[in-house]
Amino acid sequence: MLDLRQYASLGAALKDALERWPNETCLIEADRDREKLRLTYSDFKTMARPLCRALEDADFKAGDRAAIIMTNQSKWLISAYSIFFCGGVLVPLDYKLTAAEHLQLLAHSKARFLVVEYYLWRAITQSPEFAKLTTEIVLVTEAPAGADLRGAYRWEEFKRKGEPLFVARQREDTACIVYSSGTGGRPKGCVLTHDSYLEQCASLTAWYPFWPGVRYLSILPTNHAIDFMVGFIGPFICGACVVHLRTLRPEFVRDAFVRYRITYVSLVPMVLKNLERGLRAKFDELKPRKRWVLDRLIGMNKMLTRGRSRVELSRRLLPQVHKAFGGELRALIVGGAFTDPSTLQFFYDLGIPVACGYGLTEACTAVTLNDLKPFRADTVGKPLPGTEVRVLNPDSDGIGEVVVRSRAVMSHYLEDPEQTAQTIVEGWLLTGDLGRFDVNGHGHLQLFGRKKNMIVTAGGKNIYPEDIEAVFDGLPVKEFSVFAANYLWPPKTLGHEMLVLVVRLEENQQFDGRLCDDRLRDEIVARNRRLADFKRVGGYLLWEKDFPRTAALKIKRGELAAEIGSVATRAGVVGV
Amino acid sequence: MPAPTIDHTLDEVLNLAASHFKVPREKLTPDDDFFKTLGIDSLQALDLLTRLERHFRIELPDYELQGVSDFRTLANRIQARL
Repeated sequence: MLDLRQYASLGAALKDALERWPNETCLIEADRDREKLRLTYSDFKTMARPLCRALEDADFKAGDRAAIIMTNQSKWLISAYSIFFCGGVLVPLDYKLTAAEHLQLLAHSKARFLVVEYYLWRAITQSPEFAKLTTEIVLVTEAPAGADLRGAYRWEEFKRKGEPLFVARQREDTACIVYSSGTGGRPKGCVLTHDSYLEQCASLTAWYPFWPGVRYLSILPTNHAIDFMVGFIGPFICGACVVHLRTLRPEFVRDAFVRYRITYVSLVPMVLKNLERGLRAKFDELKPRKRWVLDRLIGMNKMLTRGRSRVELSRRLLPQVHKAFGGELRALIVGGAFTDPSTLQFFYDLGIPVACGYGLTEACTAVTLNDLKPFRADTVGKPLPGTEVRVLNPDSDGIGEVVVRSRAVMSHYLEDPEQTAQTIVEGWLLTGDLGRFDVNGHGHLQLFGRKKNMIVTAGGKNIYPEDIEAVFDGLPVKEFSVFAANYLWPPKTLGHEMLVLVVRLEENQQFDGRLCDDRLRDEIVARNRRLADFKRVGGYLLWEKDFPRTAALKIKRGELAAEIGSVATRAGVVGV
Repeated sequence: MPAPTIDHTLDEVLNLAASHFKVPREKLTPDDDFFKTLGIDSLQALDLLTRLERHFRIELPDYELQGVSDFRTLANRIQARL
């Protein structure tokens, strides 16, 4: 792998990577079972060169911001590389947001350029807010012939001949602005420097190295901190290969493991659970005798891998299971949200190591990771090299707020000094997560909940209640507010998270015990449906007192939450 | 052969969803939020999409399901490709 200490920017490191392994395959793109593209590092350079030149001609300058809104595919990485090559700042946006949300974040980030997939661009141009778009140059990929691109250029035609000039950046310059929350409230744009990424990449690859020949299956969105690092920067600076699938259909994901003999993959808990469900169903279909043999072999593997993972041995003991994953899988990397320890244990017992980690966008990618020495299902691993983790104000059980200090931590929130000052205090990032170091003194971090009013879905998405409240604006009630259930009633565990709409009715509004009148209920259900499925509230709670408010009439959320938590119970929440 | 009507397509979608997730057909209605009624996540919804594609002999990209959470809209998306 490249020695990252020698580089001042991601652009410089990636540029050298393309020179270092010209004949190695760096990208494979497949749609379902059809392979669409295979590129060597040299091919990648050839494809990026005309785009870099065209960016130069379009007056793209050092420090200019360029957003990408795309599903995982080769053009994502080629565009990102070209942006870094030209000294730009990358703004990777979540393609699952709505067009209105995309427009808000494009405006907030002040992106001058945008690279976007055609179907997403079509949605953006149909948004009532489209007229407010200030992005100057838009490149649209895979647009059908004859499509009206509303002033955008076709990515495939946006190229110029000649050799582009590499634009150097310094370690302290901004590399990316990554949004860690949505849009309805206050967008949190984490400003991450080249130093953050290079440091984080060095520490992650120290524990989980890539090398030429490694094939990484990229199925988490590349805009997500994990895949950006582990499915782009990490493999590239080591000469490895990234496999993109244009679909997330479980059956094609399973096929891809076998077809491309995948070495590593990063997953969110929802995908891991789906794989577990599939395997368990297969096991249940086995005839009793075969099932008996399988259970004995799993028991034997469990015993032999108690102290450390022994992948080669596990492959021999449980060949059918490992063949289903392509036979060369070395580890599943899981993070982004709470993972059920029984799921982690299930895979480990089959001889498939699962490296569970913990991180947040504010800390670049990861803070802790399981190094499998030995495997632990009940922790999120140990702090990565170069990362200091402390537990602030621990209670009698040793549980307190997790705080982090490292060069990988973001520099600030974009244009929000107030939020930055609340989040980074004396160089320490206050994560808002509650945890403790394991009592056995092995240095493993365990998480127990959250101080923050937010949820993290099994798909790894952060949802802040403030961001979704707008959809309930105009609800025929006196006032309302949305809370994370675990914020109202801290459970000291993670998982089973949901959002609760707290409703205060007008004085004359009637309701019968817990059940509000049907019209109001229908209205809540209808409005809830306007939100993406992972953002919806799980239920509502009727509250019989006026909300406490500041002089400026803002709801005092913390005070209200404490009162609700002490008076009401979870049982009072009516499901919708 | 003429394309089936939207009502017919919707009915087929409901039948297939019921059989795929092993729930009684009468429990499902066109405007149900299928994530909630079936208690499934987005990956399981993609599994259903694969089954629907095979049945209707069409190909639907993943993004066609983005933002879709009720059977009626899903049936409309399928109908548009029949």
